[in-house]
Amino acid sequence: MPPMIKRGVSLYSFQEELFLRQMTVEDAIAFAASIGATGIEVLPEQNMPSFPNVSDAEVAWWKDTVAKHGCELSCYDMFLDTKIRKDRPMTDEEQVASIRRDLELCHRLGIRSMRILVFVRPEILEKCVPYAEALDVHMGVEVHAPWHLEHAWILRTIDTADRLGTKHLGILPDMGIFMKHYPPVFRARFERQGARPEVAQFIVDQHEQKIMAEYTIYEVAVKMQGNKAEVAMAETLRHAPYANPKRLAEYAPYFRHIQAKFYEMTPEATDPSIAYDEVIPVLAAAGWNGYLSSEYEGNRWIQDVEPVDSREQVRRQHMMFERLIGATTTAS
Amino acid sequence: MFDKYLIVEDSLRATADGFAFDARLGYYRGLGLSMVEDLVVTIDDQPVARDAIRFDETGGGAPLTLDEMETTYDRQWNFGAVATISVVASEPLAPGAHSLTLSERLRVSYLPFPAINSDAKTLELAA
Repeated sequence: MPPMIKRGVSLYSFQEELFLRQMTVEDAIAFAASIGATGIEVLPEQNMPSFPNVSDAEVAWWKDTVAKHGCELSCYDMFLDTKIRKDRPMTDEEQVASIRRDLELCHRLGIRSMRILVFVRPEILEKCVPYAEALDVHMGVEVHAPWHLEHAWILRTIDTADRLGTKHLGILPDMGIFMKHYPPVFRARFERQGARPEVAQFIVDQHEQKIMAEYTIYEVAVKMQGNKAEVAMAETLRHAPYANPKRLAEYAPYFRHIQAKFYEMTPEATDPSIAYDEVIPVLAAAGWNGYLSSEYEGNRWIQDVEPVDSREQVRRQHMMFERLIGATTTAS
Repeated sequence: MFDKYLIVEDSLRATADGFAFDARLGYYRGLGLSMVEDLVVTIDDQPVARDAIRFDETGGGAPLTLDEMETTYDRQWNFGAVATISVVASEPLAPGAHSLTLSERLRVSYLPFPAINSDAKTLELAA
């Protein structure tokens, strides 16, 4: 039997309930385990209040807690405060030191994948490769919309990894790059903010046809004299790419982890926006066996009008994963 | 982000030299204090001067001015954590309902522009 794609959850998914102290981190881990997820992705700067001075006892708590629920820590989401000072940007040496600090904490937590923010320069990461290799941590540059797999900025990281011949630098795709349909929750919020339904429909239709964002923005802002909400909605098209899922196969050797971004799941456990039905067969055919790590980001689109239920949204996404992953094994 | 949760409900109170309320950071992670560029407050539609605003995330420490925050590199406003924003005012706030707005301008390194989050609430000041 070929290796299987694994199911995981990022704690990012529960940001609404964690922020409001309606859930604890352990509640989130226990919930992830209850739906059969085995990988827990962490954001230390969200989930570890003592960061960056995380004690050995706290590290032990994280390891013990995920183990107690039959899970493992799958990925560490780093940040880099290049603008920590107002008077000058961080020097390259300071940036390397900050990332090295994260690599060391990642290693102490027993995690072998690190999500690198997409804006980190490849030459900085090159300087971090010796530390990543020594600690056996894969640094994956987040391929986040509006970047995509073959954006020239992303290719610089691929080129750097190839030139160095390292297995510890690569990418980490965020599935938001496969936005096949405009998210209904985006549209609904812009309509609540005053977008006229006919203008919202025009923007959705333009996205459906994959018309370059700038044409639509000009149509809405200038020709239609769009209001603030309508122009803002049109501008989201700049960040709403539908990249070709087939390209994942070629880049599979460069990534070990995926952030399974989503904005909304229907009650029937389908994603109305992101093309998981096209992505998962490509990953399975490539023999890719990392984590699909849920990253629910719908809360910010609905929290103005309705209570957020992140657990239910993640549960539905995992029902979809089970269905789509299962279909790839029965087909082969 | 998290705009409607920035001002904590029922947190307005009088202080010895003005008033105070509680607030959260509109971000999905914690942020070092030096990257909080500005906290803009209005009370009953009147702007509060920047130098009249104080911040304390420690729950009882010495409050910082916004200028002091900008060079504070070893403290952070944690994710979801409630901090106290106080205002030094020449006249005490009258008991009753007051409209309060808060806008947070954050220097987020990976964004090309500052992140701005805003909330507006009407809070009661107990007699």
